[in-house]
This record gives sequence, C-alpha cells and structure tokens, in this order.
Amino acid sequence: MAETNFPTATAYPEGAERLSEEQREAMRGEPPFAEAPPTDSRLVRALKEAGITAGLIAVLTVFFFAFKTDIAAGGLALTADPIQWIVWIAIAFVGRFVLSYLVFANDKPTVGGWKKITAATAGWPVGKVIGAILLLVALTLPFLLSTFLPSQNRYLLDLSILILTYVMLGWGLNIVVGLAGLLDLGYVAFYAVGAYSFALLATNFDLGFWVCLPMAGLFAALWGVMLGFPVLRLRGDYLAIVTLAFGEIIRVVLLNWANFTGGPNGILGIPKPTLFGLEFNRGAGSFSDFFGIPYSPIQRFIFLYYIILALALLTNFVTMRMRKLPVGRAWEALREDEIACRSLGINTVNVKLTAFATGAMFGGFAGSFFATRQGFISPESFTFIESAIILAIVVLGGLGSQLGVVIASVVMIGGIELLRNLTGLQAIFGAGFDPTEYRMLIFGLAMVLIMVWKPRGLVSTRSPSAIYKAKKKIGADLVAQGEGH
Amino acid sequence: MLKQNRNWTDNPILSVEHLTMRFGGLVAIDDLSFDVGRGDITALIGPNGAGKTTVFNCVTGFYKPTEGRIALRRDQHATDEALHELTRSGRQYSETDKGSIFLLERMTDFRITEVAGVARTFQNIRLFGGMTVLENLLVAQHNKLMRASGLTIGGLLGLPGYRRAADAAKDTAIEWLRRVDLLDRADDPAADLPYGAQRRLEIVRALCTDPVLLCLDEPAAGLNPRESTELNTLLKYIRDEHGVSVLLIEHDMGVVMEISDHIIVLDYGKKISDGTAAAVRSDPKVIAAYLGVDDEEVDDVERDLNVKTGHDATAGGSL
Ligand SMILES: Nc1ncnc2c1ncn2[C@@H]1O[C@H](COP(=O)(O)OP(=O)(O)OP(=O)(O)O)[C@@H](O)[C@H]1O
Ligand SMILES: [Mg+2]
Repeated sequence: MAETNFPTATAYPEGAERLSEEQREAMRGEPPFAEAPPTDSRLVRALKEAGITAGLIAVLTVFFFAFKTDIAAGGLALTADPIQWIVWIAIAFVGRFVLSYLVFANDKPTVGGWKKITAATAGWPVGKVIGAILLLVALTLPFLLSTFLPSQNRYLLDLSILILTYVMLGWGLNIVVGLAGLLDLGYVAFYAVGAYSFALLATNFDLGFWVCLPMAGLFAALWGVMLGFPVLRLRGDYLAIVTLAFGEIIRVVLLNWANFTGGPNGILGIPKPTLFGLEFNRGAGSFSDFFGIPYSPIQRFIFLYYIILALALLTNFVTMRMRKLPVGRAWEALREDEIACRSLGINTVNVKLTAFATGAMFGGFAGSFFATRQGFISPESFTFIESAIILAIVVLGGLGSQLGVVIASVVMIGGIELLRNLTGLQAIFGAGFDPTEYRMLIFGLAMVLIMVWKPRGLVSTRSPSAIYKAKKKIGADLVAQGEGH
Repeated sequence: MLKQNRNWTDNPILSVEHLTMRFGGLVAIDDLSFDVGRGDITALIGPNGAGKTTVFNCVTGFYKPTEGRIALRRDQHATDEALHELTRSGRQYSETDKGSIFLLERMTDFRITEVAGVARTFQNIRLFGGMTVLENLLVAQHNKLMRASGLTIGGLLGLPGYRRAADAAKDTAIEWLRRVDLLDRADDPAADLPYGAQRRLEIVRALCTDPVLLCLDEPAAGLNPRESTELNTLLKYIRDEHGVSVLLIEHDMGVVMEISDHIIVLDYGKKISDGTAAAVRSDPKVIAAYLGVDDEEVDDVERDLNVKTGHDATAGGSL
C-alpha cells in the first residue's frame, strides 16, 4: 500500500476524509434535487382551485338550491330556482378564490405578514411581554371590573378567583408533570389534604387562616413524600395508575372516616380569612368599620382575589427560581433521562420526592384557600375530574410552561363557564337546547381540536435555565416528556 | 513483559476480583479478575456480546454482581490489609487518612459516582437532549451545587455563597466546552449536536462530576477518522493533565492500540488476555477469538502463527 501513491485527493487519507465529510455536510443540508417549481402563476392556480370548489358545490347543492318542491293541488310541484343556486356557487367560488389567492398561496401569502411580525419580534421576549401584561391586568382586575362591568362585577370576580385557583393548581402540578416528567393523575389528593388540614385545624383548634395556611401546605407536602415513596420505582403507566388510586383512596377515606372528617356531610363553618385581624363583615371591628368606608360584600371578594393572586404568584416565583437551582435542573434532567441522572451521581429518589413534595405543597395551599373561600368542604369537591381538569390545563398549556398554564386555565375554566351561558346556541339547535348539558361535549371537542393543532400544548418551547451567550428557545420536539407520556 | 510496565499490578486504582454476573441461566461474566492501573488508559476489548458493557454496569453499580469484589482505591496508600478489614466489616467504604477504599459492589449507582468518584458514559449516548449543552454540564455538577445552595434554601434566597458556586460551576463547564471545541454550541440543545459532538459532550459531562476513574463505553463508535484522532488527544489530555484513570471499551483497534497502556480481552465473559498493547496484539488466543476460531483450534492457530512470527507485528494493528 505504502508504495502506491496516487496524486489524487482520495489517495491521501486526509483528503479522503475531507471529501467524505464534505459529502456528509452536503447530505445534511437541503436535498440536492429540489422539486420543480409549479408553473402556474398564483392567480391561475387560485382561479383553478376556485373553479373546482365551485364545481363541487354546484354538483352537491343542485338538488337543495336549484329545485324546489311545493305542495300543489294534486301532488307536488317542481319549481326551478336557479338564481339561488348560482348565488351559492358564486359565494363558494369567491370564497375559495380569496382564500387561495391571499392565504394559502405560498409565494406571498397573507400569513407572510404574520410571519414577518413574528420574525421582527423574534428578538423580543414575547413571553415576557405577554406575562407582564397579564400580570398588570391581574393586579388591577377588581378595579377594572368595578369600573367597566359593575353589573357583573361579583360574578366575574368570583370566576377570576376560580381561574386563579386553577392557575395555581396548574403551576403546582406543572412541577411534577411538566418539569420532573412524572405523570400524576391524583393531584387532587393534595388539594384535598390541604383543604381538610385547614378545615380541621381551623374548626378544632380555633386557628386563623394565616396560621393554618403554612401548616396545610406542610401537611400536603408530607403526603407528597408519602405518596412519593411507594411510587418511586414505578414507571410510566404504573405510576399514573398508582397516583390515580392514591387520589381515590384519599377521597374514600375522607368519605368514610365520618367522626373525624364529617364524612359525606363535610365540614361546615370554616372561618373566613382576615386582614390583620379585620373581618370582612358588618359591624364593629370589621374592615369597613376600621377604614371608615361603607360596607359592601364585594370587599371580601376583592380580598380573596388578592390572596389567591398572591399565592399563585408565590408559586410561580418559587418555581421559576427553583428551575434555575440545582434541584430544578435535576427535575428536568430526570424528565430527560433518569439513568443518565444516576450516572452523574444524582440521587433520583430525592429528586422525585422533592418534586412531589413541592408540587403537593402548592396544591395544599390552594386547597386551604378553597376551603376558606367556600366555608364548607366535602369529599365531593375532590373527585377525579378535578385531577383531570388540572392535568388537562398543564398538558394544554404545554408541559413545563408557566405562561401556558395561565392561558390554558383562562381558556378551560373560563370556557366552561362561557359555555354555560351560551343560550345563543338555542337559535341553532332549537329552543329545547340546554347548553349546560352539552358544554362538556363542546369543551372536549375544543380540546381535541387544540391538541390536533398544537400537540405539544399552547406554549411548546422550553427556555433554558442557564445561558452562556444567547438565550435560544428549545423546540418541543427535542424535549423529552418523561414517564408515562 | 518488563516489570516496570505493569503499573496495574503495582498501583491499581480498581481491582475486580472473581466477578461473576448471571442473568438467569446465562453467565455473562464468568469469574473475571483484572486490575486497572492508576493513571493508565486501560482498554477492555472483546467480540460482541463478550460481556464488556456488563462489566461496566457492575463497576458503576447499575447491576449488582452475582459474585465478586470490586475495590476502588482512591489513593495509593490504601493497603491490602485495610481492604481485607473493610471487606469483613460489611461497610461500603472507609475513608481514613491512610487512604480511602470503596467496595463498589456494595454501593448503589449514584453513590458510586458521588462518593467513590467513578463516572461513565453509555454505549447509546444518553444526553439530556432537550437541555442545552451548558445545562448538561451543570446537571453533572449537581451534588456540588446542591451543597452550595444549602439544599435549595440558600439558593432560593440568593445567598452569595451559592452565587459564587454557581459561577464557578459555569466556569468549569465553559472551560471543558472550550477544550472539546463545543463552546460555540453552548446554548444549543444537546440533541441538535452532530453525533461526534454528542460523544464528546457525554465525555466532558462525565468529567464534570470530578471522577478519579472514567469509564467510557465505546467512545469512538460512529466517529470519523479525524474525530477519533481528536478523541485520542482528549483521552491522553484527561489522563496526563487531570490525573484521571480511564477504562474504555472500544472496537476501533486504531484507538485501542494507540492510546492504551493496558488491554484486557474478554470473550464469552472470560478473560482471555491481559497485558500491554504489544503483548495482546500478538496473543494467539486473541486473534482466534476475533477470527471466530473454536477453542480446540487455538493450538493450531498458535502453531500457524509461530511460523509467521515476522508477520505478526504489522498484521496486529488491523486486528
Ligand atoms: N440485563 C440483562 N439481562 C439479560 N441478559 C443480559 C443483560 N445484559 C446483558 N445481557 C447478556 O449478557 C451478554 C453480554 O452482554 P454485553 O452487553 O455486556 O456485551 P458487550 O460485550 O458489551 O457487547 P457489545 O460489544 O455488543 O456492546 C449478552 O449475551 C447479553 O445478551
Ligand atoms: Mg456493549
């Protein structure tokens, strides 16, 4: 071999190497043979498509629009009504033409304008801007509502409180499912533990909301650890099933341990939260009395609203902070590859337990807020459907995305409420149509559509927790989803 | 076979003794003993299915061996008496000023990396694909950072101690990335890197755990010739500048023969040869194993080989 040297590039090992590398490089990029560009111009193509659509409509609707049967003496009379038919064909033609020409055409489509906007704003932290706007709206919402929608003020405020509760629950579950990648179908258990801890502590020991709140959170975290231990070795579907069972066990225990939890009757008379000892009711020593303003029941709602907002923001702050700490990074690493984690000396048992405990703690906070808001709790409030809704919020929002959870909560909880009021649908489906009966169905359909459109959730990018030079978003296709997805 | 060459018997960092691993009826490793010298690059080679990865999994705690002892001496002064005492005591490791010894077969996987200082890579690359290159290296420094963050409390409050540790960890990561020429990809997701770069990243990620022994499972698999030359340089750098002993599994004989101080050959879970590159290369049993000759024929092969001894030195390189 050594004696036979050819003066070609491939004879030198280095040259051959380069060549093969260049070839590989070339293969990696665009395919060498691009498809021949379509010969039709955009206008012609749009016209063709419009023609086809119009033709289809013409065939399909000829019996519906072009002919009409009327009852006449001695049978049916057939009357031709070509005008209506032609009008519908024209509508189809024009509609399709507009769509093809302006929207679908790929050399200069209208969506290009949108793409230009996204490209121009690519450098901006769009998520941060939206987040800041949402935060501003959330902070001023009670005042916005009382100025612009005073008639529905109370209803909307109540709805906002509900949405925020789910935002908080979603953020809590996001730690377990979105960051650590452990599919938890029994999150409602921690919500229940938080609510019952608060209710029992408050009614039995006469403690106030602010004293019980951290205790309820701690109890829930403890339950998180207790759930964590048996499920540590489980993977995927098994983990999901055991957590599901755990959620049910808690509910069944609450239902049957009647002399402790009140059984199906639940717990009544849970105290309302106070503002430094000031109660929100009429009379001496109340909030309105202290500040010398007239009493209004809405004051308590506003107070509750700010409590849950503060709790939710605390959840978000802690989570965002933890993501940048070693624990948070270990959660995400665990979601990506558990075996690699262990090979790096990470105690995955502890990592899972901290994820369960942290998520459970926020669930517990939300639970005690729920108890104090309602003033009454019973096992009925903690059924599997709650877990499912919270999980749906996390999945719909995009696993691991904080902003996604907010948007998904507003869409889901707000959407369910909105559908309740959709009496306008009666115009379509007849007077007997009761939207409340169909809202879950409509809602399910909407969710399926969203998941088809955005299978990885509304916000499907991950932002890195540490940056060397430039922050680059990571597409969802690269991010693992962890166990059981 | 010169006496001074046998660093692995005089100063072993890892001693595997009578290691046996059974999977049901299958004996993947059969009474295997070998030593890994401190500061050496040791190669573990053998045909497919010989049990090389299984040895790694036993050493790094991913499998509990059926039988055998795997002792890691973190420093030279650890005596054989101390090892005996530790084995009898039933403890996992002893850390004294006379030297620390770890019995790896008694420890769990993550403790082996965390306490004993053994890091590994995988035959099928296992990176955190959705995390950036930089994040991958920060995850590897988890334990150090966890202590510095006061088990998260200090980190949550943003105490200066944690911030200093976090900056130091980032600097370490950047230093390693610069070394393996990945710094300009630091903010890209690991899954986006080309294959060779992923291999290098996995190696430096293992190094970020501050190991004394680095176990690499086929690091050159899928690399082009230029990349494997770079790998050789990197491995020598790790050994010479960081004092990390390297144990590697490799099929690429170019890599093995060039950089290994010591080669161990496995076949069907048994050791068939053990020595320097030159010794192993000319071992007829090794050639027989690689050419797929039956045991009974080994003698014939040996006889054949003795005839053409002159050929051996050159032919061995392309085993
Ligand atoms: N977890 C396991 N369960 C059952 N058998 C196993 C297991 N792990 C390995 N084996 C068997 O042990 C033998 C050795 O496998 P091992 O992966 O160690 O080979 P190897 O030397 O690494 O091969 P390769 O060069 O292909 O990587 C094989 O027969 C394999 O099928
Ligand atoms: Mg292998």
